[in-house]
Amino acid sequence: MNMNDLVFIVLGFITLLGAVGVVSFTNIVHAALSLVLSFLGVAGFYFQLQAEFLGLVQIMVYAGAISVLIIFAIMLVMDRDPNQTNISHPVNRWWGGLIALLFAGIIGFAIRESRFTGQAGSPDADRVGQLAELVLGNYVIAFEIAAILLLVAVVGAIILAKGAKEQ
Amino acid sequence: MIGFQHYLLLATVLFAVGIYGVLSKRNAVAVLMSVELMLNSVNLNFVAINRYLVTDHAVGQLFALIVIVVAAAEVAVGLALIISIFRQRKSVNLNDFNLLKW
Repeated sequence: MNMNDLVFIVLGFITLLGAVGVVSFTNIVHAALSLVLSFLGVAGFYFQLQAEFLGLVQIMVYAGAISVLIIFAIMLVMDRDPNQTNISHPVNRWWGGLIALLFAGIIGFAIRESRFTGQAGSPDADRVGQLAELVLGNYVIAFEIAAILLLVAVVGAIILAKGAKEQ
Repeated sequence: MIGFQHYLLLATVLFAVGIYGVLSKRNAVAVLMSVELMLNSVNLNFVAINRYLVTDHAVGQLFALIVIVVAAAEVAVGLALIISIFRQRKSVNLNDFNLLKW
């Protein structure tokens, strides 16, 4: 076992622990903090996969902005005892667990049986430069539409949360 | 030896946890958080495929970046909707959101 495998195991443990915490904590504030742990684990995977730019974006956008937004929203809509805010539906939890297990089993089996061809890229490739050329080159329309989408989403979120004035 | 398939398996487990959360949770914010888990697992797949199968350019990372943008917009609008509906119904339980059912 070399260093790379050890890092993968530790990061996978952190990520899955956070993910399981999201669905198992009965206090939703704890679930949100657990979600941050999972986001940080995924950011670590991005660093390990030589996507440093995406790792930093993940930390800033997910672990920074989205988690703060979620925690603020939780505090605005708290309507009962905090320890009862993240309970599962008594019937649907069994169906949900069954469907999730079936999904993981089928896809996991398919992955095990598949043979993937291709080689790992060289570790010193300039991925950030390639990403910049793609974003401002062939995919510039998607980039601009993403900008417009963010603007529309911000305006829409403000109007929805503030409530339109009755005419 | 950790390879490409381990990343795919990890992303599958992450996605399955997200599916369980979406199907079983009653709190609308918890459902949104589970959707975020699923989007994260898809992003992890994109980046792993970019690293191991596509060697000459970074198009997988670009897709992951755009998914992050869409996820941010989705969370902002979704939480605004939840706050807005909480003001009317005084609840975040999905079973109480039956305005459009008959």
